[in-house]
Amino acid sequence: MAGTLADWLAAACLLAGALLSLAAGIGVLRFPDTLARMHAATKPQVLGVLLLLLGVALRLRTPSDLGMIALVGVFQLATAPVAAQMIGRAVYRSGRVDPDLLDVDDLTER
Amino acid sequence: MTGDPVTPEPARSRRRAGRWRDQLRALAWLVLIWNLLWGDFSWGNLVGGVLVGGAVLLFFPLPPVTFAGRLRPRALLVFALRFAGELASASANVARIAVRPGYRPRGAIVAVRLRVRTDLNLALTAEAISLVPGTLIIEVDRDAGVLHVHVLDVRGPEDLADSRDRILAVERRIVRAVGSAVELRRVQTDSVERRPAP
Repeated sequence: MAGTLADWLAAACLLAGALLSLAAGIGVLRFPDTLARMHAATKPQVLGVLLLLLGVALRLRTPSDLGMIALVGVFQLATAPVAAQMIGRAVYRSGRVDPDLLDVDDLTER
Repeated sequence: MTGDPVTPEPARSRRRAGRWRDQLRALAWLVLIWNLLWGDFSWGNLVGGVLVGGAVLLFFPLPPVTFAGRLRPRALLVFALRFAGELASASANVARIAVRPGYRPRGAIVAVRLRVRTDLNLALTAEAISLVPGTLIIEVDRDAGVLHVHVLDVRGPEDLADSRDRILAVERRIVRAVGSAVELRRVQTDSVERRPAP
């Protein structure tokens, strides 16, 4: 019984994670500039990956796999912001930011 | 593992002991990760983990992180729950913007000055903000403790003030969870006096 319930929960998590990843892909395609695209590329993906991992964990249920899944989640959370910041900074410093799309830019004063 | 350092000044030996303790803690984490990577705990993995972890600590030394505060489990739980909530709602928000037909989101880059300027607080706050959709760290000014954040989907000045407040609230929750008493006081008094914000 508990196994069936976990399977259904796993299915729900996998579906939700897949939908978020799909939305992220659409966002990357449709957003107007690189900075906006970064939001789509790094963010719904965070929750999306976590949901997918949770779904996989609920389905597999073996201790060794759970440890690996936990590691994947932790490293995902730790590294995604670093990559996002490096790309964001490179974009800004190389002047590939469209000022028409920014309401305020506090960084120009520097 | 202590190697009894018989230094005359007690402060120095205490600092060295603290450094040793930090290194041992890091080694324990590395051994744990090594075992998780192999998929099971065994004596062989334990020894291998100690060897690899020791080599990592020896060849890639990190600057010591000053941790002056203490862990507060309740505040940590509050932070984790709020973080999960923000992650879910903001993810749904960005996903909705992404699929809404004919909508061009506007952004803004806001500078937020943090109230606690320790490296640890700066890093933790930047991580937490970066992970939540809709906010992206562009630049970090470490000396001044300023984060430059790109905010997605800005519709007016109130949205800007709003996201500033949200970032400072994240910082407050982090300091409540891991900060020292002095830092905690700074964060709490500041939030009261800073009412008519920019």
